[in-house]
Amino acid sequence: MKNRFAVTLGIAAMAVSTAILAGPREDLLAQYATTAKSAGFSAARGETLHTQNFSGGKPDTPSCTSCHGKDARSAGKTLTGKVIKPLAVSMTPTRYTDPAKVEKWFKRNCTEVLGRECTPQEKGDWLTFALGQ
Amino acid sequence: MRIPYRPLALALLTLSFAAIVLDRAQAGDSHFFAPVTDPVVKEECGSCHLAFAPSMLPASSWQRMMGELDNHFGDNASVDAATAEKITRYLVANAGDAGGKRYSSKLLKGVAVGSAPQRITELPRWVREHRKVPDWEWRHKDVRTKANCAACHTDAEQGYYDE
Ligand code: HEC
Ligand code: HEC
Ligand code: HEC
Repeated sequence: MKNRFAVTLGIAAMAVSTAILAGPREDLLAQYATTAKSAGFSAARGETLHTQNFSGGKPDTPSCTSCHGKDARSAGKTLTGKVIKPLAVSMTPTRYTDPAKVEKWFKRNCTEVLGRECTPQEKGDWLTFALGQ
Repeated sequence: MRIPYRPLALALLTLSFAAIVLDRAQAGDSHFFAPVTDPVVKEECGSCHLAFAPSMLPASSWQRMMGELDNHFGDNASVDAATAEKITRYLVANAGDAGGKRYSSKLLKGVAVGSAPQRITELPRWVREHRKVPDWEWRHKDVRTKANCAACHTDAEQGYYDE
């Protein structure tokens, strides 16, 4: 009896973890990979994108870290003083589960920082970086 | 059994005092502006800055602002059409010259009917209330902009603007 319960629990846990594996984040990455015809994403390139200073966007926000802070596991702050929860999934588990939200902020924030939208390759790299935090 | 009259009386006093303060605040004293309760408005209008209370501007202001979200003080704050409509409905219904009137009788004084001011921080009454705030305080790194209400009004998220 006890055993059977444990087995059921195990199966349930497996079902849940597959559900997570094929969740909205992976769908997003797959979608970026297809549009970018990408050979793969790199967390290192994503980190560079995140921390690099650009000159094409607004002078007040040369980098993603201008608002999100240097450490993806810590909270950030907008210029108007609003606190932003950490980007790292390990700290904010609900991150990147709503594709429309992710796309909306990529569009806004890349324009803000780079002065243009990010490419699917850049988004995939960045997301890979953020998911590993 | 000894009944602890003094603490009891004190507790009662505190309670009635709290009730008076709360009552004053809710009755349209210039300290309280009902905060945004709609989750969509909170999310869409409260991620870059404090979700400003709808009663702080007249309906015409919100209508104009919602039509120009792609250039919102230099930012692109646009949302899809259905969401925009929902937000507009909420802001207009609770605007300072509509459902939110009892909070804003003072703040909106001197605002011409039909004008659509886009900044709370440029309303004549707001400017007057803040005229004593020294220049260095606005420039302080934790303030940076007049729109950062919560830097000085720590309970702004709850709608309270006491010092
Ligand atoms: C001007 C401030 C600012 C800058 C600069 C900025 N962001 Fe953001 N970002 C925000 C805010 C505000 C949010 C929404 C609040 C939240 O999700 O907690 C956000 C959210 C996001 C999200 C959505 C997160 C989710 O949970 O779905 C992504 C993705 C993102 N930012 C990426 C970036 C990237 C990439 C850069 C640099 C190119 C960047 N941001 C620069 C302010 C900024
Ligand atoms: C992408 C970021 C962003 C989003 C999303 C956003 N805003 Fe703003 N908002 C700003 C910026 C930047 C300012 C200018 C702040 C300053 O002057 O420092 C501003 C200013 C304002 C002001 C004027 C503040 C003052 O000075 O009195 C109001 C009112 C306002 N926003 C309402 C809204 C409403 C309503 C929404 C939702 C539909 C919204 N905002 C969404 C970035 C944003
Ligand atoms: C740099 C600090 C600072 C910032 C930022 C700030 N205020 Fe104030 N505010 C004050 C001070 C100081 C007073 C005066 C309090 C007094 O005299 O009792 C005040 C008074 C007020 C009052 C009148 C309350 C009363 O006592 O009658 C309101 C309403 C108000 N502020 C709203 C706002 C709003 C809305 C914002 C953001 C758009 C804001 N404030 C930003 C410092 C600030």
